[in-house]
Amino acid sequence: MNKAFTIARSEFKRLFNSPLAWSVLAILQFILALLFLMFIEEYIGVVQALTATMDNPPGVTKIIVSPLYLWAGIIMLAVIPIMTMRVFAEERMNKTLTLLLSSPISSAQIVMGKFFALVLFILLLVLMITCMPLALTLGTNLDWGMVFTSALGLFLLLSSFAAAGLYLSSLSSQPIIAAVSSFGLLLFLVVLYLSGSSQNNSSEVFIYLSHFSHFLPFLDGFFDTSDLLYYLLFIVGFLVLTIRKLDNDRLLG
Amino acid sequence: MSTQALIQVMALNRYYGKYHAVNDFNLTLHKGEVLGLLGPNGAGKSTTMQMLTGNISPSSGDIVINGIDLLEEPLMAKRNIGYLPEQPPIYRDMTPLEFLNYCAALHDIPQNIKAKSLENTIQRCGLGDVQNKLIANLSKGYQQRVGIAQAILHQPELVILDEPTVGLDPIQITQIRELIRELGKDHSVILSTHILPEVQAVCDRVQIINQGKTVFADSFEQLAEQSASSLIVSFSDGGDKDDLAKVEGIEKVESIGANQYRLYFKQQPDPSRIFKLAVEQGWVLSELKTDSQTLEQIFMSLIHSDTLIVDDTDANTETDANTIKYIKKGGDGYNKGVDDE
Repeated sequence: MNKAFTIARSEFKRLFNSPLAWSVLAILQFILALLFLMFIEEYIGVVQALTATMDNPPGVTKIIVSPLYLWAGIIMLAVIPIMTMRVFAEERMNKTLTLLLSSPISSAQIVMGKFFALVLFILLLVLMITCMPLALTLGTNLDWGMVFTSALGLFLLLSSFAAAGLYLSSLSSQPIIAAVSSFGLLLFLVVLYLSGSSQNNSSEVFIYLSHFSHFLPFLDGFFDTSDLLYYLLFIVGFLVLTIRKLDNDRLLG
Repeated sequence: MSTQALIQVMALNRYYGKYHAVNDFNLTLHKGEVLGLLGPNGAGKSTTMQMLTGNISPSSGDIVINGIDLLEEPLMAKRNIGYLPEQPPIYRDMTPLEFLNYCAALHDIPQNIKAKSLENTIQRCGLGDVQNKLIANLSKGYQQRVGIAQAILHQPELVILDEPTVGLDPIQITQIRELIRELGKDHSVILSTHILPEVQAVCDRVQIINQGKTVFADSFEQLAEQSASSLIVSFSDGGDKDDLAKVEGIEKVESIGANQYRLYFKQQPDPSRIFKLAVEQGWVLSELKTDSQTLEQIFMSLIHSDTLIVDDTDANTETDANTIKYIKKGGDGYNKGVDDE
């Protein structure tokens, strides 16, 4: 496990050696901040007046913070594949994977190390997004439970994206192919949700399979262990597949 | 064998689909030996090295490194290996110091000796001046050195270098060769290359692979012994095969051109007798040289005349004479080929 952390630390540091991580963080923050601003203005201008007379109106957290995390999740459908594409595909392309493969490290340690580095990046990203709702505490009271579950939900969602992206990156030796296929897979799961929840053709199974259906309860402030379990299974499943793929490479590659 | 072999490879085979890339590869290497692995492109050198370093698994066969089975206990066995593949596995967005630090951690170098072994390796590979520059900005030669540094950092018993001098300038090549020779003193080295003089310069033993098969394996000492047993003489005037055959110590005379003969001696060739005979008979001697089989000749003959080798190995049953004869016959085949062109 020690080795996995060594790899994770180095991978995380290397992420920031290239402009990619910096620009992703900067652009995301900018776009989400614009959305956040829009939600606040809408709340102040329209929603506040509408809800003023309600008996039990939805709070500011529900109206501003939840959509922010939802949008972050949607945007990350495209961003996470870009972060994961390089992990194995680029190493393969540059023939640097040999370094890890000929060191006394198991495939599991390599995969875990790479995954931890991505998780660390995601954690940073979620923390930066969470700064926005925190800024609201200057003017109002927040539903802390809802903020926490939203952040946790986003973190789990993005980690599951990362695990899937990691696997698809291990299949390819071209980063672009890895990115496109990861994006395709993630989008496919979204489409499953959309088709499952469509008016005339709804399907519980499709909804259950889609990762977004397990994300939405978190945004409403629900913490359901079955949702947590879904993400854990999703992540472990893809990590195991990646480990298997690396082991298989030695036999067939 | 009294001393245990550092690496012992038995009947190694590797298929890529139906393609038989490595066919029955055997190797035994002892401490302090430098082995040169030669072969044309696509002979299976890199595949062999990848198997020896656990990057790919063999289809069949055994690899035992320092008494540890690589296939059974890969993590333990890999501690004894340092590997520089064809393309140095270096992260271009790190500095050599950062990179080597990372490698030290990957190889479990204890904290208390880490600083010292880093310093040692950097000094040994001449990376002192560039250790804080980005690897991407270094020249090919320095990148290669970072690759070598990575392979020897953890003081492995066995260093495996795949074409380490490709793309270097002549000065760097000399430096790298010196480094390899120095490594050969306290590590064992397996080196693959296309450059034949390089093998002669740094290796103790040579193993030639062609189309996945080992076609030649010997030490340089034995190579020298074999090759020094014949002389080539030419006369611009005179010369007689029968007279030459009567000279003491000569086993066989072979006519290889107009007034040109190859003389096989029973022991070490003695040019003075030939010279004396020529003076007595009044022949005009125009050439007298030892017919040393250079590595290049051997290599060319083995690679270019595959069919001859097969014929010969089938025909000869005495194993000892086998190697020598097929080299010589192969050599003729090669010469003929050149003449034809």
